[in-house]
Amino acid sequence: MTDTIVETTNEKYHGLTHAEIDSLGAELDALRLRTIADLGEPDAEYLRKVVKAQRSFEIAGRALFYLPPAWPLAVASLSVSKILDNMEIGHNVMHGQYDWMGDPAFNSRQFDWDTMAPAENWKYGHNYMHHTYTNIVGKDRDVGYGILRMDEDQKWRPIYLGNPLYAFLLMTFFEWGVAVHDLEAEEVLAGRRPLFRGENAPIWRRLRKKMGKQILKDYVLFPLLTGPFFLSTLAGNFTANIIRNIWTFNIIFCGHFPAGVATFTEEETENETRGQWYLRQMLGSANITGSKLMHVMSGNLSHQIEHHLFPDIPARRYPEMAVEVQEICERYGLPYNTGSLPRQLFSVFKKIVRLAFPGGKTPAAPVRGPQAVIDDSLAA
Amino acid sequence: MSAILRSRLVGALASPHGVDRYLERFNPMWAAHEVRARIVSIHRETDGDAPVATLTLQPTSTWRGHQAGQHVLVGVEIPGVAKRYTRAFSISSAASGKGERFTLTIRAHDEGQVSSYLVREAAPGQIIHLSQAQGEFTLVESPATPTISRLLFITGGSGITPAMSMIRTLLRDGYQRDGVAHAGRKVTFLHFARSAEDQIFADELAEIAAADNGIDVHLRYGDQVFSEFELRRLVADYRDTDTWLCGPPGLVELVKAAYDDSTRLRMEFFKPAVARAARPGEEIEGDIAFTRSGKTVAASGASILEQAEQAGLTPEFGCRMGICFSCTRTKTVGTVRNILTGEESAVPDEEVRICVTAAAGDCHIDL
Ligand SMILES: Cc1cc2nc3c(=O)[nH]c(=O)nc-3n(C[C@H](O)[C@H](O)[C@H](O)COP(=O)(O)OP(=O)(O)OC[C@H]3O[C@@H](n4cnc5c(N)ncnc54)[C@H](O)[C@@H]3O)c2cc1C
Ligand code: FES
Repeated sequence: MTDTIVETTNEKYHGLTHAEIDSLGAELDALRLRTIADLGEPDAEYLRKVVKAQRSFEIAGRALFYLPPAWPLAVASLSVSKILDNMEIGHNVMHGQYDWMGDPAFNSRQFDWDTMAPAENWKYGHNYMHHTYTNIVGKDRDVGYGILRMDEDQKWRPIYLGNPLYAFLLMTFFEWGVAVHDLEAEEVLAGRRPLFRGENAPIWRRLRKKMGKQILKDYVLFPLLTGPFFLSTLAGNFTANIIRNIWTFNIIFCGHFPAGVATFTEEETENETRGQWYLRQMLGSANITGSKLMHVMSGNLSHQIEHHLFPDIPARRYPEMAVEVQEICERYGLPYNTGSLPRQLFSVFKKIVRLAFPGGKTPAAPVRGPQAVIDDSLAA
Repeated sequence: MSAILRSRLVGALASPHGVDRYLERFNPMWAAHEVRARIVSIHRETDGDAPVATLTLQPTSTWRGHQAGQHVLVGVEIPGVAKRYTRAFSISSAASGKGERFTLTIRAHDEGQVSSYLVREAAPGQIIHLSQAQGEFTLVESPATPTISRLLFITGGSGITPAMSMIRTLLRDGYQRDGVAHAGRKVTFLHFARSAEDQIFADELAEIAAADNGIDVHLRYGDQVFSEFELRRLVADYRDTDTWLCGPPGLVELVKAAYDDSTRLRMEFFKPAVARAARPGEEIEGDIAFTRSGKTVAASGASILEQAEQAGLTPEFGCRMGICFSCTRTKTVGTVRNILTGEESAVPDEEVRICVTAAAGDCHIDL
């Protein structure tokens, strides 16, 4: 019995044979190289354009706070600035997508973004941990962010009854959540890691400094500069931060938690080949369909599948790469999880509520190998 | 104004991006910290296969000035490539003060990306990126070097630029003592060029040679190579004379041999020193672990930068010769050797320039 299991896992991995996975990996590598070879002026120009827009929105937003009737406009402008700064600029630049430009302003080692999480902490937790161990339950700390139950494989405990509430709080204060995520609270609670000492000491030092700076400018200096409008500016900055938090949370949760996204076990992913790594990235992410504006505002993380396959390629390339990735998925009989924002959101929301309770299966990834595709066509 | 822009308050308001990221939105010549420059004019010095041009630059007010002999890192975005390349160029004009104009004199190498672009295609009005002036290859004292009684410059090809800056500084600032012009002190300027046509600053050098300023100019062309015999004839006690040497490797080798370890000889190189980490005949044992990417390679003696690139990583770099620091990375543990100096180091958590550093055993690099 055990023998058969070993044999099947050896032969097929998520419905594909090892040879098929290798050739899948080779095709994706080829796509990657082709795109990298094509990077150039349009990509640099695009980034500069987005940065220019972001700065303009920021300056306009800050200035409009001097004009109290324009408050909603000021908040909108600042929110757009913060969303662009976090998504299309910060997230992507810090992935090293624009390092090739040789411009220190867009270099992943030097860039920092307008949010609570210090660049250096986040790059370790996100670029390295999350992108390497994507969706491996127990290893990818983005699965549930240490407080949510987002996968059936996470053992149910009564505390998870609060799942929807926690999700709501995480959404509202997302930048704070992401920032303290790096302190690895679960490890601290489990007694395996001191809160502010040891490994956490440098993380905490950077965190304190960054939080101080963010609080100082958004909640002290800019409000003070508007003199009599202190409170309205303060409220405006706070609102803009919350709006940005809600938006980024939703985009990111739609990228990893809608129904049909697969998770993995540590055993399954031991000694993974490059092809298997690609496969895991594809099965572990989901896209959002939408307009060009929607892609820009989400930092092209609406193409989460492409982002996970090619995290260091400028995100503006994902839409064109998506056409090929989707075609490759079809040929290999792999699911390509995509849907509109409302659809993906609803699916995430359902999961958050369902997994608050014990038991219960959420629909698993419909993994279908080429055989299944042939069966389908025979049946048709 | 610039004091306000550099203030902590403005810095806090512009956090985390920095004031310059906002200023550049309005005018590329506004800066609080960074240095940029507008090309004011471009003057062709020589034509031919490897033409030379002098660029006059107006730096931003952030430019702190330079000492004669220093170089500056120039960052250029070449149209169509969208990448910023960084190269070092010595400053050819006399010592500058804060925000003052200065010149670079650049030879266009055949396939040289930056030099060809700056000499052949750049136009006045364009903005380039700069570092502050740097380098130790300077006049020991400035402006009038009262304690140095004799100076000797030996240069070859475009290596003339830092020496030119020094001579120009001496002449401008008055190479004199107690009101007496040059007070009998002598400067010897010995330069090697491919041909008379390739000689840059020829007119100015002729003028300097003709004037009563204590500066002897000796120009050598073509196969008139450096010889110790000739140098001895020009400056009998050259080994005890403060000497600045800058030129191609062949010249440098000959002069170094003639000076036989004299501490009076100072050198500057324009070309990467040959990257050889292992001492001749020596085998290197050990692995380089790139800790961020999880890759490990066997140390080969090549620079860590090259080894990282062979392993498929794309670390940042600029000059690839140890001057710009853009390739700096943390070596967390292990022993490395500086390719230029041969110096070994096993200090943990040390910043190393990976383009001029090789593994000398097992080491971990934050890459
Ligand atoms: C401290 C310092 C000061 C310098 N000052 C000056 C200066 O005042 N004027 C000046 O013209 N240059 C100067 N240089 C050299 C300059 O930095 C560049 O190396 C040179 O201009 C070539 O760069 P590139 O981008 O055009 O060529 P690259 O694109 O880097 O190289 C293209 C080709 O040219 C070859 N090459 C690169 N550099 C050289 C070189 N120096 N000599 C011969 N072949 C080369 C390469 O091997 C390659 O085949 C200085 C260098 C240093 C380190
Ligand atoms: S690349 Fe310039 S110091 Fe290494």
